[in-house]
Amino acid sequence: MSSAYNNSELTSELVEVRDQIRGYAEEFGLDFFEVIFEMVDHEEINSLAALGGFPVRYPHWRFGMDYDQLSKGYTWGLQKIYEMVINTNPSYAYLMKSNNRVDQKTVIAHVYGHVDFFKNNYWFSKTNRKMLDTMANHSVKVRNMMDRLGRDKVEGFLDHCLAIENLIDPYLPYSNPKKRDLKNLDSEGTDHLDPGRFKIDRQYMDQYINPPKYLEEQKKKMEDQVRKNKKNPSDSQKDILAFLLENAPLEIWEQEALSIVRDEAYYFAPQAQTKIMNEGWASYWHSKIMTQKALKDSELIDFSDHHAGTMAMQPGQINPYKIGIELFRDIEDRWDRGKFGKEYDECDSLVTKSKWDKQLGLGRKKIFEVRRVCNDVTFIDEYLTEEFAERLKLYTYAFNRRTNQYEIVDRNFKKIKEKLLFQLTNLGQPFIYVTDGNFQNKGELLLWHKHQGLDLDIRWARETMRSIGEIWKRPVNVETEVDGQKKLYTYSRGEFSEKFL
Amino acid sequence: MIYNIKQDHARFRAIVKGKIKQDLKKYVTHGEMIGRKGKDLVTIPVPQIEIPRFRFSDKEQGGLGQGQGKVGDPIGQGDPQQGQRQVGDQPGNHTLDVDLSLQELAEILGEQLELPKIQPRGHKTLKSKIEKYTGIANEGPNSLRHFKRTFRETLRRQIASGVYNPDRPVIIPIKKDMRYRSWKTDIRHENNAVIIYMMDVSGSMGDEQKEIVRTEAFWIDTWLRSQYKGIDTRYIIHDATAREVDEDTFFKTRESGGTLISSAYKLCEKIIETDYAPSDWNIYPFHFSDGDNWSGEDTRLCLDLLVKKLLHVCNVFCYGQVESRYGSGQFFKDLKEHFGNNHESVILSKIENKEGILQSIKDFLGKGK
Repeated sequence: MSSAYNNSELTSELVEVRDQIRGYAEEFGLDFFEVIFEMVDHEEINSLAALGGFPVRYPHWRFGMDYDQLSKGYTWGLQKIYEMVINTNPSYAYLMKSNNRVDQKTVIAHVYGHVDFFKNNYWFSKTNRKMLDTMANHSVKVRNMMDRLGRDKVEGFLDHCLAIENLIDPYLPYSNPKKRDLKNLDSEGTDHLDPGRFKIDRQYMDQYINPPKYLEEQKKKMEDQVRKNKKNPSDSQKDILAFLLENAPLEIWEQEALSIVRDEAYYFAPQAQTKIMNEGWASYWHSKIMTQKALKDSELIDFSDHHAGTMAMQPGQINPYKIGIELFRDIEDRWDRGKFGKEYDECDSLVTKSKWDKQLGLGRKKIFEVRRVCNDVTFIDEYLTEEFAERLKLYTYAFNRRTNQYEIVDRNFKKIKEKLLFQLTNLGQPFIYVTDGNFQNKGELLLWHKHQGLDLDIRWARETMRSIGEIWKRPVNVETEVDGQKKLYTYSRGEFSEKFL
Repeated sequence: MIYNIKQDHARFRAIVKGKIKQDLKKYVTHGEMIGRKGKDLVTIPVPQIEIPRFRFSDKEQGGLGQGQGKVGDPIGQGDPQQGQRQVGDQPGNHTLDVDLSLQELAEILGEQLELPKIQPRGHKTLKSKIEKYTGIANEGPNSLRHFKRTFRETLRRQIASGVYNPDRPVIIPIKKDMRYRSWKTDIRHENNAVIIYMMDVSGSMGDEQKEIVRTEAFWIDTWLRSQYKGIDTRYIIHDATAREVDEDTFFKTRESGGTLISSAYKLCEKIIETDYAPSDWNIYPFHFSDGDNWSGEDTRLCLDLLVKKLLHVCNVFCYGQVESRYGSGQFFKDLKEHFGNNHESVILSKIENKEGILQSIKDFLGKGK
């Protein structure tokens, strides 16, 4: 006696809606993986959201914590999740059962926008599209570990790993390191090092073709490299998880756990790197499809209400949906009217500029290009214009200690863009590198915080160091700057110490 | 689809409870959760248990916003407790609001203080009715239809009347075949208890003292409620005379003037006599004062009342003395002299300040009576 309520398949009515919307999306040129829609109730969608969209994850309390918060938010009517979609092939999209018909329509269109983005955006091109299976495998592995070693032990170690899950290098999958011969230099002595000379026909030309000073420099470079090669890592390395995997004295299960955390971190990284674009793109298309094709007269109010709710901005926060959709529309408009390039930039008549229209009609093509190549950083850097910032009334704010309030600081375009880019670069997190795995020749770990104007939160940093200490199993050092002074923090056997450098 | 979230959620709750247990002293001392008490749930602010990571500090960072406003316009408040609070030694200042049932809270208290389960006094004379759906009836609402029994009845009737065909086993119930679940009333014998709080509200008991009493009362309530099915609470305030009041008045009233403790004990005894037969009830009188009594004469009267009347009917008599600048603390000494430190049914406890609350709760409840 299975009732329709427990069924997670689309109703026949929604199947019709889906087919219709998919048709429109294809007409507009969207190109997506097959999407499998499932209907879920609020409890299921809250669970899924807590688990990052995947029905099977390894057991961990933080999913439970997120679930706790989400269900409370839902019960109190503070927030509601309309849909979730995951980046896999085929993609799975979960629709909330309680959505009304117009919501479902909008949300289905939105989902196709996301899936098009997953499939075509460059920064997703290296992600694992079979992640559902991988996650399920991770779950089995962790469960086995827990059965063997006890839940507390494994979960405790996972906590430590998760403390550094952000210490990866999201660009790594895309870098193609040039083979550098220097890397393979032997480390035995430096006498045999030869920078190499150009062949000469006449002896007197030698000092011009092979200047001794230059040769000396080259030799010194090679010697440096040899010295570096003895060091581990030879260059500072941003993927600290990888460094620990290769160098920390880990038991096999620990290695497995750490590598699970790392795999998942790399899988989720592009979503964080393209938050504004991804939501903007999906919103652009749900809006386009609904207003130009799918919307019935009677649905207009409900749609507008839903759309406006999604786009609403709160003071002190930026809404990626809003910034994203507006920026895509702005780009489309500029490229339709030819508002770009040298001629436009150099025009200083505001009147001419505002009336500028070369009727190029390149807008649609341009936004498809942008969705293919950009991530949030390049998207904002390249396309956020002064006119746009002004139109959206963007500002920067800061905390005022005296009044204990957050206050508007500036509406200057440069400052705004700088702030926004800073927040997006490295996902607004500090740049941390591992620079030495044998610090002071005592097997200690040395991390380096590349200081770019903001100090680390030291209390958090200490807790994080404690976690790294549990993985590295030897003292851990962090070199950073506090109030303009270089400082070295050390964590060793439960004790913290610090000194100025 | 299989979701393992329930397991993760239970795990999270266990961690939170562990955290509260670990910091129980802090919660008790500051009375933080008492203001946030509902009927069955308490909302407890737990310091965030997020996973640490390298990050910038929030305050320094500022951010980007959108909307109207001039430079300098405020857009949001900082941490409301900033200023009073010192720089914490915990990462982050975020707190997480967690709901706990009073039962769970009592368990935490019991485990942390190693409180023994209370052995109720012998007679389970209190009768309570509970309804169980164990019966079967021929009539009833459809929602209570008993599928199996109905099926069986139909099968039986069809076989008996020869309608049943094993090759084509169609079962068609008629109205007569329908069976419904129905309830039976059981009588259960339970232990009930009454807590009688008495407090000195004479001039020398200040706000801080009352706060301590209130906090203790909350925890005592919580614990006893977890031990007994039904709990009555009564409140008596006294200076030179005693009267019964409601909970709110109990904690807020401040009188001036002298103190006759015996007046409260007399009233307490009267309440017990009229409403709570000792054979049916577990009786817990708690008396809080700063230890001042009007005269040695009255103290003798109190001792007399205790020995001759109250101690015969109570499970245990608890006296908590809250230190105050004005109180002499003489009453504690007198009781101690008379009953000694390890009297069977008199528990004495001194509460010097808020820090002492936890120990005092342990004194009172640690005997398992």
